Amino acid sequence: MQLYRAHVLVCAGTGCTSSNSLKIMDEMEALLASNGLDSEVKIVKTGCFGLCAEGPIVVVYPEGAMYTRVEVSDVKEIVEEHLLKGRIVKRLLAGEKESEDISKSLEGVDFFNRQMRIALRNCGRINPEDINEYIAFDGYKALENVLTEMTPEAVIDEMKKSGLRGRGGGGFPTGMKWDFAAKQTADQKYVCCNADEGDPGAFMDRSVLEGDPHSVIEAMSIAGFAIGATQGYIYVRAEYPIAVKRLQLAIDQAIEYGILGDNVLGTGHKFNLEIRLGAGAFVCGEETALMTSIEGHRGEPRPRPPFPAVKGLWGKPTILNNVETYANVPVIILKGAEWFSGIGTEKSKGTKVFALGGKINNTGLVEVPMGTTLREVVYDIGGGIPKGKKFKAAQTGGPSGGCIPASHLDTPIDYDSLIALGSMMGSGGLIVMDEDNCMVDIAKFFLEFTVDESCGKCPPCRIGTKRMLEILERITEGKGAAGDIEMLELLAKNIKASALCGLGQTAPNPILSTLRYFRDEYEAHVFDKKCPAGVCKSMMKYTVDETKCKSCGICAKVCPMSCIKGEKKVPYVIDNSKCAKCGVCMEKCPFKAISKG
Amino acid sequence: MSENRCCCGCTDENSLKLGKIIDKYKGTRGALIPVLHEVQEVYGYLPEDILKEISEKLNVSLAEIYGVVTFYTQFSLNPKGRFKINICMGTACYVKGSGDILDKFKQKLGIDVGQCTEDGKFSLDACRCIGACGLAPVIMVNDDVHGRLVPDDVDAILEKYKDL
Repeated sequence: MQLYRAHVLVCAGTGCTSSNSLKIMDEMEALLASNGLDSEVKIVKTGCFGLCAEGPIVVVYPEGAMYTRVEVSDVKEIVEEHLLKGRIVKRLLAGEKESEDISKSLEGVDFFNRQMRIALRNCGRINPEDINEYIAFDGYKALENVLTEMTPEAVIDEMKKSGLRGRGGGGFPTGMKWDFAAKQTADQKYVCCNADEGDPGAFMDRSVLEGDPHSVIEAMSIAGFAIGATQGYIYVRAEYPIAVKRLQLAIDQAIEYGILGDNVLGTGHKFNLEIRLGAGAFVCGEETALMTSIEGHRGEPRPRPPFPAVKGLWGKPTILNNVETYANVPVIILKGAEWFSGIGTEKSKGTKVFALGGKINNTGLVEVPMGTTLREVVYDIGGGIPKGKKFKAAQTGGPSGGCIPASHLDTPIDYDSLIALGSMMGSGGLIVMDEDNCMVDIAKFFLEFTVDESCGKCPPCRIGTKRMLEILERITEGKGAAGDIEMLELLAKNIKASALCGLGQTAPNPILSTLRYFRDEYEAHVFDKKCPAGVCKSMMKYTVDETKCKSCGICAKVCPMSCIKGEKKVPYVIDNSKCAKCGVCMEKCPFKAISKG
Repeated sequence: MSENRCCCGCTDENSLKLGKIIDKYKGTRGALIPVLHEVQEVYGYLPEDILKEISEKLNVSLAEIYGVVTFYTQFSLNPKGRFKINICMGTACYVKGSGDILDKFKQKLGIDVGQCTEDGKFSLDACRCIGACGLAPVIMVNDDVHGRLVPDDVDAILEKYKDL
């Protein structure tokens, strides 16, 4: 094996690829060759580092220097200064660019050193397209241990003892789920992986598939052994082309190495895997809908019981776990249930990956022990709110979850504390909102999503969510009436109680939680016809402050609706009946004489 | 499009591909959705007479295929533009103003979501999260991602593709 004196890790996750990381890699390769360094320095194409806001990211080892927002034109300097002369390019370093040492390197950046990476252990560390790199980091060792030293019962026991709960939303104990399926007798059983990450704003599953696809394959094979299944399906979103490609490549390599197939690692265990592409339906994240979709039909949920562990895919016992859950499995087997259950809180063990997004400085993926407070995640790791704005709420759980206000920033995050706050863990999307976001508008946004994605099978969800949306639309248009808020609450209660599947049962959560913490905003819309955050356009009015207006006429010139009139020495006036609320006048006024409200 | 299409068994390129796709999945359980994915890859959308052919060869009723096609947002019964503009309306992009970007595209192109410009150049769609939340708000034009946008960037983006 060839030894290299330096390794250059270039992130090839979706975020960094979108900002040209592949071109950076090509340029790096060309420049290394022309400087005669190609036999000394190795370029590694890795999965997501997590710090997507600062991408594209390039890390150079052995120093561990982490370069952020690298442009193709910066590559020359990295090669000539750092790799050729050994001088770190300080201006590109993450964090404090002026610091003398590189303690501000990968481990030194606050964003990373407060995290604990278990599910993301290999993301940004190995080349996901090379099975040998996975194996070099203990990959497939857990599978080997399971197949040669453990019984299926022992595997399930270990999972139960670890306290691992489903990371896809519900938080059901994984070991129990496996146990149910193992106890069924059937000629065929199935192991499925839910990689249909539908929560808009969550992308941890995508990052695991892109950065460490073999960990999912290994865990599914272990699950197959534990419950007695020989066939697995990975249901992945078609919107994730890079993840699909790397997953297929990983499956092909695993087959070639005898890790998947009819005689896994020569032990006689049989396990095959197939990828099935989703086709853009949020409801297919629900377990029974997902299975109906794999069967080739409209992805409509079925009533439970029977539960999938008894009667799932094609009527056979089936277990379904999500990507992040599986990514934890090999580590639990290798390090033991006791180690894993030592992390986290009493009822939520291990770590959780969150996709930080919205109004936050360090957008990206973070993995923290359960029980970490929201404040630590938002301020210490996430770097706080941009432009010094005020934190208003964090939304977790996507369209099924709710908003957590500033007064609960110090709550330790785990499955149960989030439910107590009226939200839920969901898959781990964590969207931060600041004072400029209107909470009624956010509730409307999620309801639009649910109405759009409701499969239409059960009336509470199909009709009920539509009625709730209509009320929210009225409220945000300034046509809300007394009684609307109470009607929303009544509908929400009934839909929660009567909808067929998780999508409908949780659809009212965004409304209920915003009503719980931001009722005053709803009331301002309904009774005062005002949007306190200035988001709901039909309630907004632009006005010219007569004392500040110098009658320059710039506003009238830029107005696309030609609804600003005035003449020299007389303050200009906006005709709000024609105004399209585009805000251009306010933006262009040199005297800041125009305000909205 | 129509001159490329044929279901009489003659041998133009697309119908050869269609045959291959169906052969590949014959006998696979739950084949319909993978077949539709690959066929849409070939034609850019799902033409009605092709669906009839799939119906016959896979032995699935046309009504059921129609049900599946209209259920999933990835499938389209209408042709798309040469440049498919997809505005991300995921939560992270939405709170950072992707709605304003969408409005600007609608206004500039004179079309609504789901429509295609008359010259067949641009089609406009809104999608749920392409997973590049770190670059929010983002849009995709075919496979190119444009991120960290403000409404004023829209002109430059359209200009870039207009003459291609």
